Amino acid sequence: MTISFSIWMMQAFNGLSTFCVLLLMALGLAIIFGQMGVINMAHGEFLTIGAYTTYLLSQASERFFPWMASWYFLLAILVAFVLAGGVGLLVEHLLVRHLYRRPLDTLLATWGLSLIMQQAFRSAFGAREVSATLPNWLMGSVKPTPSIDIPINGLFVMALTLLLTCAVFFGLLYTRLGVRVRATMQNRLMASAAGINTGRVDKLTFAVGCGLAGVAGAAFTTIGSTGPTSGSLYIVDTFLVVVFGGAESLIGTIASAFGIAQTQATTEFFMTGSMAKVLTLSLVILILMVRPQGLFALKVRR
Amino acid sequence: MISKTLTSRARCPLTWLAILLGCVAVGCQNAKGSTPSPAPGAAAASAPAAAHALAITDTEVTVGQLHSATGTMAISETGSIQAERLAIDQINQGGGVLGHKIKIIQEDGASDWPTFAEKAKKLLVQDHTASVFGCWTSASRKAVLPVFEKENGLLYYPTFYEGLEQSKNVFYTGQEATQQILAGLDWLQKTKHAKTFFLIGSDYIWPRTSNKIARKHIENVLKGQVVGEEYYPLGHTQFGSLINKIKAQKPDAVYAIVVGGSNVSFYKQLKAAGVTAENQTLLTISVTEDELLGIGGENMVGFFAAMKYFQSLDNDNNKKFVAAFKDKYGPKSVIGDVTQAGYLGPWLWKAGVEKAQSFEVDKVVAASPGIELTTAPEGYVKIHPNHHLWSKLRVGQVQLDGQYKVVYESELIEPNPFPKGYQ
Repeated sequence: MTISFSIWMMQAFNGLSTFCVLLLMALGLAIIFGQMGVINMAHGEFLTIGAYTTYLLSQASERFFPWMASWYFLLAILVAFVLAGGVGLLVEHLLVRHLYRRPLDTLLATWGLSLIMQQAFRSAFGAREVSATLPNWLMGSVKPTPSIDIPINGLFVMALTLLLTCAVFFGLLYTRLGVRVRATMQNRLMASAAGINTGRVDKLTFAVGCGLAGVAGAAFTTIGSTGPTSGSLYIVDTFLVVVFGGAESLIGTIASAFGIAQTQATTEFFMTGSMAKVLTLSLVILILMVRPQGLFALKVRR
Repeated sequence: MISKTLTSRARCPLTWLAILLGCVAVGCQNAKGSTPSPAPGAAAASAPAAAHALAITDTEVTVGQLHSATGTMAISETGSIQAERLAIDQINQGGGVLGHKIKIIQEDGASDWPTFAEKAKKLLVQDHTASVFGCWTSASRKAVLPVFEKENGLLYYPTFYEGLEQSKNVFYTGQEATQQILAGLDWLQKTKHAKTFFLIGSDYIWPRTSNKIARKHIENVLKGQVVGEEYYPLGHTQFGSLINKIKAQKPDAVYAIVVGGSNVSFYKQLKAAGVTAENQTLLTISVTEDELLGIGGENMVGFFAAMKYFQSLDNDNNKKFVAAFKDKYGPKSVIGDVTQAGYLGPWLWKAGVEKAQSFEVDKVVAASPGIELTTAPEGYVKIHPNHHLWSKLRVGQVQLDGQYKVVYESELIEPNPFPKGYQ
């Protein structure tokens, strides 16, 4: 009985932790795809930038700054944000900016970009996967009772997700930039007439979205792989979450991440992994057939 | 009007997106080798057409190398490319084959199976290569097989694989499934007294076939019990539920065949959830030193792997091989099972050619069975008439530094690609 209870507890945590992973990886895309309507197929590669940043910093701290070994990870998250955001800025300026009115071309262009970036990672870091040495405080598990193990890296990803989600919410709702972003996305012409430099808003929004992907990538080094194609492991799930939630709604993204994660985690426990995935995807398709606009849709005058 | 175009910008592409994502998902699956395999017997129908002369000059013989240098499989195939080049360099330094220096034409299969077939055809029809060293996934091998049989080429294939194949035109230098699986399970029962087993795999042909063999062996021969058998899609990254199932079942041993990026997630999450070598016996057949680089030794320390080769093997052949490899590719490079099997290819071909005293494919094939290689880093191998190798199985235990410590070594095992009672 105690065993089954502790398994139940760990399974509940597992569902929550899957939820946070889905949400964290979807957050950046929710901004880029959800708010801006840009289908960024290279989103996974921005995750990879974050992951490699963590790896490089881990190497550097081992070699040059041993005193930093247990804290480099927090720095890595910041650097990942800046770096991925910076690359995002560049990509927006050189590529995406010219394609805002041609969404299907964006799709192809960013897909091409993702292939180019993957091969660039491969040339720079080698085709083999690498592993960042994680600080000790991120390893192991918390044991509230002897038979329950709550992984610390899972808790960490949760905390980070909570923090970033709040930040994005606060940023979009209450800051000047956030207001401009929403204004631009809802009615570009009016926003521009009201004196908002929409081009600059686009750039910043895109960069922030990419930066968030970088942070997710850094966080995922604790639970996943770091290789040239690691990011592409997440891209399908990421789009799934954003589309299912209703592209323009952040609340929708959260709700959909929660729904998908819980369905997945629960079904996985009672059937095989592949069948669980089939069931989850079928449910999503069914719901999207009834509500093509996703779970939550922003009411805008068409 | 304008607001309409603006909002539809976000809407209409959804359909297209769904289609494209679907393609990506399917592509990922194929990338790791889950394409349905054509019948191995399809070969018999095509008549060998040895009409074209091989590319041999008075001083040179041309061979081909066909691996993925780009794309998702580059992660695995890089080691094989390097090892085959090293072997060929060494052969050339030693005077070549029958007095001919070996010239390599390298083609990139780019992790795409039709590309593999196309490049195989190019290497055979246009370049007239005397032999080809290449392929890694079963899917790529199945794609080039009809080409090699039709054009009567010669392929040395380095990966351990699921068996159920035998072709006149292919030599398999890695282990087939029974060689890798049976002795490892026997060892688990004997030394770890394992009676209950939990089988795990990525969801495609190799893990499924291998686990099928493992289950038959556990149930019929070892009289043990399989308490769980689970498959996860390739690229799966969340293993929490699976880990909880393992905890609920408490099997004596976990038998794991997870591949690719999933591997890293699986072992990192196992460790985080408190499942370590201290409280759980785990044996894998899919983690070589290459994969350990990505997983990190600290995340797997104490777990076991069953393969025919580990970099840490303590014999003179291997010490020379490891030193030469590191000399050529840097001190940090690691060597896994498949890399070593790749290294055997050129040497086995050389031995076949020298025994036949000819580069002609038919003669090399006829001369090959029975050839022994005493200089192999894994010790000693011998070519079986079924074109696979006699080899030993070793069990290694993961160390903190990402290397294996060998804890068990079997006798030479006869290759048996079509095992009776295991299908």
